[in-house]
Amino acid sequence: MATDITHEVSVIEGKPTLKEIDATIIKPMDEMPNIKFFIAIGFTTTLLLIGVFSLGMAFYRGVGLWGVNNPVGWGFAIINFVFWVGIGHAGTLISAILFLFRQKWRTGIARFAEGMTIFAVMTAGLFPLIHVGRPWLDGYLMPHPNQHNLWVNFTSPLLWDVFAVSTYFTVSFVFWYMGLVPDFATMRDRLKNSTVVSKVKKTIYSVLSLGWRFSNRHWSHYEMMYLVLAGFATPLVLSVHTIVSFDFAVSIVPGWHTTIFPPYFVAGAVFSGFAMVQNALIIIRKVFNMEHIVTLDTLEKMNKVIIVTGMMVGYAYGMEFFIAWYSGHEVESFAFLNRAFGPYTWAYWIMVSCNVIFPQFFWIKKLRRNIPFMFVIAILVNVGMWFERFVITVTSLSRDYLPSSWAYYVPTIWDIGLLIGSFGFFFTLLLLFTRTMPVISIAEVKSVVAGSQPTRHKLGHHEEDEHNG
Amino acid sequence: MDNKILHSVTAIFHTPDDIINAAKAVVKEGYKKFDVHTPYPVHGMDQAMKLKRSPLGYFAFVLGVLGATLGLLLMYWTMTIDYPLNIGGKPTFPLPAFIPVTFEITVLLASVATVVAMIVIFFKFPNNSHPLHDTEYMKRVSSDKYGVTIEAADPNFDLEKVKAFLAKLGGTNVEPIYFDNDEINAKRTLLEPKFLTGLAVISVLVIAITYFTLNKLMFLEPFNWMMNQQKITAMEVTTFFDDGFSMRPPIEGTVARGFKPYPYKDSVDLASRFLVNPMEFSTENLENGKRKYNTFCSPCHDYHGNGVARLNGQFPNPPSLHTDKVREWTDGHLYHIITVGQNTMPSYDKQLTQDEKWQVILYVRALQRALNAQEGDLQ
Repeated sequence: MATDITHEVSVIEGKPTLKEIDATIIKPMDEMPNIKFFIAIGFTTTLLLIGVFSLGMAFYRGVGLWGVNNPVGWGFAIINFVFWVGIGHAGTLISAILFLFRQKWRTGIARFAEGMTIFAVMTAGLFPLIHVGRPWLDGYLMPHPNQHNLWVNFTSPLLWDVFAVSTYFTVSFVFWYMGLVPDFATMRDRLKNSTVVSKVKKTIYSVLSLGWRFSNRHWSHYEMMYLVLAGFATPLVLSVHTIVSFDFAVSIVPGWHTTIFPPYFVAGAVFSGFAMVQNALIIIRKVFNMEHIVTLDTLEKMNKVIIVTGMMVGYAYGMEFFIAWYSGHEVESFAFLNRAFGPYTWAYWIMVSCNVIFPQFFWIKKLRRNIPFMFVIAILVNVGMWFERFVITVTSLSRDYLPSSWAYYVPTIWDIGLLIGSFGFFFTLLLLFTRTMPVISIAEVKSVVAGSQPTRHKLGHHEEDEHNG
Repeated sequence: MDNKILHSVTAIFHTPDDIINAAKAVVKEGYKKFDVHTPYPVHGMDQAMKLKRSPLGYFAFVLGVLGATLGLLLMYWTMTIDYPLNIGGKPTFPLPAFIPVTFEITVLLASVATVVAMIVIFFKFPNNSHPLHDTEYMKRVSSDKYGVTIEAADPNFDLEKVKAFLAKLGGTNVEPIYFDNDEINAKRTLLEPKFLTGLAVISVLVIAITYFTLNKLMFLEPFNWMMNQQKITAMEVTTFFDDGFSMRPPIEGTVARGFKPYPYKDSVDLASRFLVNPMEFSTENLENGKRKYNTFCSPCHDYHGNGVARLNGQFPNPPSLHTDKVREWTDGHLYHIITVGQNTMPSYDKQLTQDEKWQVILYVRALQRALNAQEGDLQ
């Protein structure tokens, strides 16, 4: 049966009026949070405090508290860094790449995913700053004229990281904020100047909205700006994890020195990012009654992205082994056999089962649309992706060229405290975000709701373009 | 009402179709200074209003090129000109290694500057004092309605005609919008006391923060136990040991690494009888002996051992090394003299190691042989 492709399928369930959309999305900002919210934020801030304490100890006593030593000099700090940067990638993919592909289903989740990007990159950015052990020297990461006539080494992948992550954060932040401007204006105009609280709120929203007037002369520039930013963010997001993978691939450690790393890392990043967005959205849509905006169809589409990227990652795992064998290089072959069957075999098989095997359940439509099931799978995917970074970093280092210096890396309690703290940091920011800003783009959702665009537009859009353009 | 200045006339429309039609009609009527306000971008509105394509894309292109150039120049200047580093013998202008940072700076500058250009140049934002702000009209178009405004500044503007025109198009709530008199009449001069006080407070704060950052914060030692460790240095007085010296004398009979004790200090006879030169007669040993001889011996003994000092009589001249007496002394005898000294010649034990003394002796022998060559030497 031929499907009518000239009509866009509505991504919003039912037919809410524009006022109802305002009310639904702005509701969390209008009400006092309930006890559940306080329990949740109490939990996340506890995690955060564990992290703060571990961090304070690491600064006070030195990074010797961590499990890193010869030969495994890269431990949890870089694992967590790569993990969190990867989480961020889903946001930009949803907001920029899916925007360029005109995927309307992204509207319901784009804002939230962008917010997650920012918080994830902030979390990730902590680790490079922490791992130097003397945080007051972090300023030298950025090139600036100084008395020591000291410049950074622009040929080092670690410095490329500094530029990639800071650019990524800035551009994501600008993208996110520009999306928020019309929504702040809507929130500003809903408030009545009756109480002190609403006056304060109004002032804040007025400042943040920059004085947005919903003028179509502005929308015209605004849409062009959005297109340009999406066009920049797309190669940017691919470059960021490519550069992160260069940290490994540019070195000559067996198991790291492979050309498959950039695409493999990017696929893995999108994979874990989607799983994290999935997890958080399932909770958010339930708590804030937004099931009709973040629909089951959207979640199903995300599951499809998860299975695709999961298989890309699985392909990379297989291809690494093939190339190791095909190269005929003794050390390279050993590195991969050691990965799968060496002392870290437990970590390797956790990774493979979580990343490649479990997502295969999503081939079954019933499971793909089963919310508790997809929640569990998404958590497992994140576990798997964390272990992927662990496996890559630790197995290659723990058994390198010199057998006499082989050692088994064990993280200490301070390493684990920092990992827990990073989750606390991320989720605390996320919870505050849900209470202070619209987690779903009001203007974008309005523009895709049924009946929001001119009827004539649907029928004779292209002819009209030719006449007027 | 009379003394208020008219900004525009507004009308509300209820469906996207209506607003598109209204925009087209307004354009057709010949109004130039008008605007359409919608809570979200309505498709086809740019064509209906006959707006030109936004030139922001060109901004982004130019700024991107600028970013790429500046990024490359920065790296070229720091890595190639100002402080070239030799990293594994690689070139000081490695273009492939510069590509990632160039790309990032391009994207950073292009995207941030495009947004700033849009906000500041195209929108003239932030601006929270536009006459439309805080009106009933704005509250509606920011939520669920669509609106048209025709500004009083338009050359074709006529209040009654415009009102009738908008009502005819199907617009409801046709209302005039006025400038806020307080806004217009408010005089903001540079010498306003409030402004000056604010400026002064900000200046003081900036100065204080800058001073604190540059003079205190930068020199803060968060933890100084690596810098100031509990230890005593070699020449310090200490109460830890009874004799007050921080440096400990070695245990009796300790011998330094590579040092052989000299047991013949008191007897030149024993030395000349038992000591044998352990050094080979090789070029390397002679070269080293020559160097040490020229440094330590030649000031008095002369470069050739003639006993003609370069000291201009400030120290008594030694006898020549080429006399029969000296030539017949054994190596052990010479070694003893170098080690403990003889007559006015002091000990050279501290200046020369044991091996070097033997090398000097080899060289002295060579000098003696040179002045008293025998026929066999020529072979």
